[in-house]
Amino acid sequence: MRYRRPGLDAISHILLILALLAFSLPVWLAIIAATHDQSSLYTGTAPLWFGDQGLDNFRAILSEPVARLGTDVARLLFNSTVMALGIACGKIFIAILAAYAIVFFRFPLRRLCFWLIFITLMLPVEVRIMPTYKIAADLNLLNSYAGLILPLIASATATFLFRQFYMTVPPELLEAARVDGAGPWRFLRDILLPLSKTNIAALFVIMFLYGWNQYLWPLLITTESDYMTIVVSLKRMLSSADNLVPWQAVMATALLAMLPPVAVIVLMQRYFVKGLVDAEK
Amino acid sequence: MATFQRHRLTPWLLLSPQLAIVAIFFFWPAAQAVFQAFYVEDPFGLGRTFVAFENFTRLFGSAEYYRALGITITFSISVALGAMALALLLAVLADRVIKGANGYKTLLIWPYAVAPAVAGVLWVFMLDPELGLISAWLGAVGIDWNHQLNGGQAMALVIMASIWKQMSYNFVFFLAGLQAIPRSLLEAAAMDNAGPWRRFWTITFPLLSPTSFFLLVMNSVYAFFETFGTIDATTAGGPGGATRTLVYKVYEDGFIGYDLGSSAAQSVLLMLLVGLLTLLQFRYLESKVQY
Repeated sequence: MRYRRPGLDAISHILLILALLAFSLPVWLAIIAATHDQSSLYTGTAPLWFGDQGLDNFRAILSEPVARLGTDVARLLFNSTVMALGIACGKIFIAILAAYAIVFFRFPLRRLCFWLIFITLMLPVEVRIMPTYKIAADLNLLNSYAGLILPLIASATATFLFRQFYMTVPPELLEAARVDGAGPWRFLRDILLPLSKTNIAALFVIMFLYGWNQYLWPLLITTESDYMTIVVSLKRMLSSADNLVPWQAVMATALLAMLPPVAVIVLMQRYFVKGLVDAEK
Repeated sequence: MATFQRHRLTPWLLLSPQLAIVAIFFFWPAAQAVFQAFYVEDPFGLGRTFVAFENFTRLFGSAEYYRALGITITFSISVALGAMALALLLAVLADRVIKGANGYKTLLIWPYAVAPAVAGVLWVFMLDPELGLISAWLGAVGIDWNHQLNGGQAMALVIMASIWKQMSYNFVFFLAGLQAIPRSLLEAAAMDNAGPWRRFWTITFPLLSPTSFFLLVMNSVYAFFETFGTIDATTAGGPGGATRTLVYKVYEDGFIGYDLGSSAAQSVLLMLLVGLLTLLQFRYLESKVQY
C-alpha cells in the first residue's frame, strides 16, 4: 500500500496512548484515593501515588456499616447482583418466548401483539416514572427485589433482537423438524436454543450492564437501605453537608461499583461487540 | 417463512409473560400519565380536578420550562457532538495503525460499562474545589473552579463526565464502520493523488454516514435519559437550576414538588419527543434492513 505514511502512524500511536492515559486518569485517581486515609487526603491536592492504607478502606466498607447508609457495601453489592441478574435473565427468558411466538406462529391478532410489544422500545422508564412508581406502590413492590426487577423488564429490546435473529434462521430447518414430527416446544428446545447461544451471551452482557447501572428506578423504590443498590448509594455518601466528604470510602465504593460490569465487558468483549452491532441492524 | 399453524393456544402461552409485564408496567403507567396530565391533584392525594389543557398551557407559559428545554438542548448537543467527534478521531487513528487497533479497542471499551452516576462521582473528585487534581491545574492557569457555585462550570462537569462514559460506545461503532470501508477505494483515491485529509472527507466520512446517523440518535437518547444519574449524583440540577434538564425537572416536580399534574404533562411531552426520535430511528432501520 503506497499511500501509507510511517510518520503519521507514529503520531497516531502517540495520540492514542495520550487518549488512553486521559481516559484512565479518573480511575487511577480513584484507586489512589482509596488507599489513603481521610487526613492524608485532605492535606492538599489529591495524591497521585498510593497511600499507606492498602486494602483497609475496602475491608472497612465491606464489613462495617457505612455512615449515612446504615448498611455495609457487601450488602449493596449483593442487592446490585440480584437486580442485574434478575433483569438480564428475566428479559432473556420472556424475550425468547415472545419472539418465538411472533416469528414462528401465525395466529389472529399477531400484528397487534407485535406492535404492543415493540412500541415499548419508544419509552424508557425515565419518561413514565411517576405513574410506574404509583403502580409499584399499589402492588406492594416498594423495597423488594421484585420491585427492582419487574418494571425494568418491560421493554422489548431483547425481544426485538431475538426476532431479528430468528428471522435469519433458514425455513428449511423448521420444515425438516416438522417432517420429523417435532412440535413447537421440541423445535425451540433442540434446535432454536442451541443456535441462539451466542446471541443469548451477547444479550446477557448488555442486559447485565443495563441492570447493574440503573439509577433512577432503584433510587425511587428503595427507601430502606436493605434493598439499596451500590450505584445509588454513592450519592448518599456524597451528600454530607455537615462535615468533610469521606472520599477514601466514596472512591473505594465507586471502584467496587464499577468492577463487576467492567469485568463482564472485558471478559466477554467478543459477545458484547457482537451484541451491540446486532442491535444496530 | 415456514410457521406452525395448527397450534392455537401455544403462541398465546409463549407471549403471555411478555404481554403481562408490558401491560402492567408499561401501558397502565403510560395511560395514567396521559390521564393525569389533564388533572390537577392536591398534594395529599385527597382529590383531583379536571383542568383540560391547563397543565400544558402552564408549562408553555413558564420561563422555567423553557430554561430546562434550553439546558437540555445545550447539554445534549454538547454530549452527542463531543462524544462522537472524539470517538471518530480516535477510531480513525486506531484504524490507521492496523497493528494494535483491536488492542486499543479493548483498552478503550471499558468506560462504557461504568454507570453514569459512578462516572459523575469520579469526575466530581477530580474537579473538587478543595482537593481535585484538575481543579488545581485549572487554578494554576488562573481559572477559579467551583462547580457548586458556578452554573457554567457545573454544566461543563456533567458534560465531561457524560462524554467520558459514552465515547467508548461510539468508538466501537466508528471503528467497525471504518474497518468495513473497502481498502481499494482509499487506494484508488491515493493513486489519484488525494491526500489523507481529502480522502477522509470525500470517501470515509460519507461512507460512515449511516453509522453516524445511528449514533446521533443513540447519543441523543443517552444524553436525554441515561445521564439522569450523572446529574443527580453530581450537581442535583444545581446550582440554581443550571443543570436541570427536562428529565430532571419531571423528577423534581413529581417527587420533590408533588406537582403531579405538571409532572405528568411534562412526561407526555417527553413521550412525544422520544416517539419522534424513535420513529426517525425506525425509518432508518427499515430502510437499511431488508428481509
